[in-house]
Amino acid sequence: MEAMLRVEDIRKSFDGTEVLKGVSLEIYEGEVVVIIGPSGCGKSTLLRCINGLETIDSGKILLRDQVISEKKKDQHLIRQKIGMVFQSYDLFPHMKVMDNLLLGPTKALKRPAEQVREEAMEMLKRVGLYDKAEALPRTLSGGQKQRVALVRAMLMHPDVLLLDEITAALDPEMVSEVLNVVIDLAEQGITMAIVTHEMRFAEAVADRVLFLEQGTIVEEGEPETFFREPRTERARQFLQSFTYASARKTVKRKG
Amino acid sequence: MQDSGISVLFKGINFQRLLLGLWVTLRIALITIGISLALGLLFGLLMTRKNRFVRGFCRAWLEIVRFMPQLVLLYLAYFGFSRLFGWNLEGELSAVLVFSFWGIAEMGDLFRGALTSIPTHQRESAAALGLTKRQINRYVLLPQTVRRLLPQVINLATRMIKTTALVKMINVTEVLKVGQQIIGQHYREPSVAFWIYATVLLLYFMICWPISLLAAWMEKRSE
Ligand SMILES: Nc1ncnc2c1ncn2[C@@H]1O[C@H](COP(=O)(O)OP(=O)(O)O)[C@@H](O)[C@H]1O
Ligand SMILES: [Mg+2]
Repeated sequence: MEAMLRVEDIRKSFDGTEVLKGVSLEIYEGEVVVIIGPSGCGKSTLLRCINGLETIDSGKILLRDQVISEKKKDQHLIRQKIGMVFQSYDLFPHMKVMDNLLLGPTKALKRPAEQVREEAMEMLKRVGLYDKAEALPRTLSGGQKQRVALVRAMLMHPDVLLLDEITAALDPEMVSEVLNVVIDLAEQGITMAIVTHEMRFAEAVADRVLFLEQGTIVEEGEPETFFREPRTERARQFLQSFTYASARKTVKRKG
Repeated sequence: MQDSGISVLFKGINFQRLLLGLWVTLRIALITIGISLALGLLFGLLMTRKNRFVRGFCRAWLEIVRFMPQLVLLYLAYFGFSRLFGWNLEGELSAVLVFSFWGIAEMGDLFRGALTSIPTHQRESAAALGLTKRQINRYVLLPQTVRRLLPQVINLATRMIKTTALVKMINVTEVLKVGQQIIGQHYREPSVAFWIYATVLLLYFMICWPISLLAAWMEKRSE
């Protein structure tokens, strides 16, 4: 089977510091790949290189066997096929929810507005925001904004969807309403690359886990094995930082 | 001699003269604001350039405009240039030049502020939707820029209208100068000065107030 997305040995430096040191990966159609790793290891940079927000210094990126990493004028055509949602809420504040949703499909893909609107309403219903179509972004909670952002990306029918810590800026009680939408997308067979710090979500949603550290992929595996018995010491230490030793004391009661 | 008070306004063609003066004021202001808007946008774009020389040049221009009194610049253009280069600039032309010199830099700085205050995230999430640069500017960045700018631009425009009063110092007969001429003709009637100046104020108010209302309305509508 050919990979939907193939990243071949890409390198990227900022001001002389190499942030990606030869990263290779492939994502197959319908597959969900979760990328985890300590902060600053290059996860965002990797996703940004994939959809061309950063140029790569060397290596190659292919989408459906087509090289997309050569800097060209029609970068926007490539981005139409790669959806991305960021950590910060990036709805367009001057547009109602529905206009946020319509912009890409009607302007970039030139689809008729009425047709997109219908589809958009259906998707809004699916994520529980049917009544928010005419709302302005600033009246929404963070969790609602990220759900809208997911719908906005999905309405482009991308070949692959990139999610960069989309719950990192949310209040804890809103995290699951967003992640449940992502799980729903995974079940629909959407191809995704997900960067997250939510380990239980990662374990639930991933078909494959990549552990990135200091710009290289240190370990790769199925979630069951990766989270239970990581092969590398570094991955083990990283995972350990998410668990806490019990601090409960045994209190002796007088009997 | 009896004091004519408010009736001086309607004596002969006094009121028409004031309106004619107001037209001169408006003409200078409108041309200047037009030039400042158009070239100010260019100036603002230049200010966001990475090139150090370009940015330094714009900064210097802006600083000069900010610390030089308008009146000195007017004198320089009107009297100075004719002495030095033999250019005999008409009063109105000198005024337009000087006020544009000021307005381009100030408008430019407003544009720069608005352009740089929109987070890169906005540009990037629009790009991630597969929009072209042009579409991003048109649908995402420009509307937000305009919304932020509108109140400030209006504010600057009204300031520019008010500052045109200075041109009477270089022999341009605008509304204030006309008023003073009328007062001069009635110098023995003390209340005339009050009524004329009050009228001039009212005329300025009648120009600037609707502009502010318009701005408020546009801002509300674009929400
Ligand atoms: N535009 C940039 N300019 C300079 N350094 C950058 C830039 N973007 C990221 N970096 C650096 O690259 C490294 C990796 O960043 P990033 O990909 O954001 O990490 P992660 O998303 O894994 O936390 C960090 O050290 C960061 O400071
Ligand atoms: Mg990151």
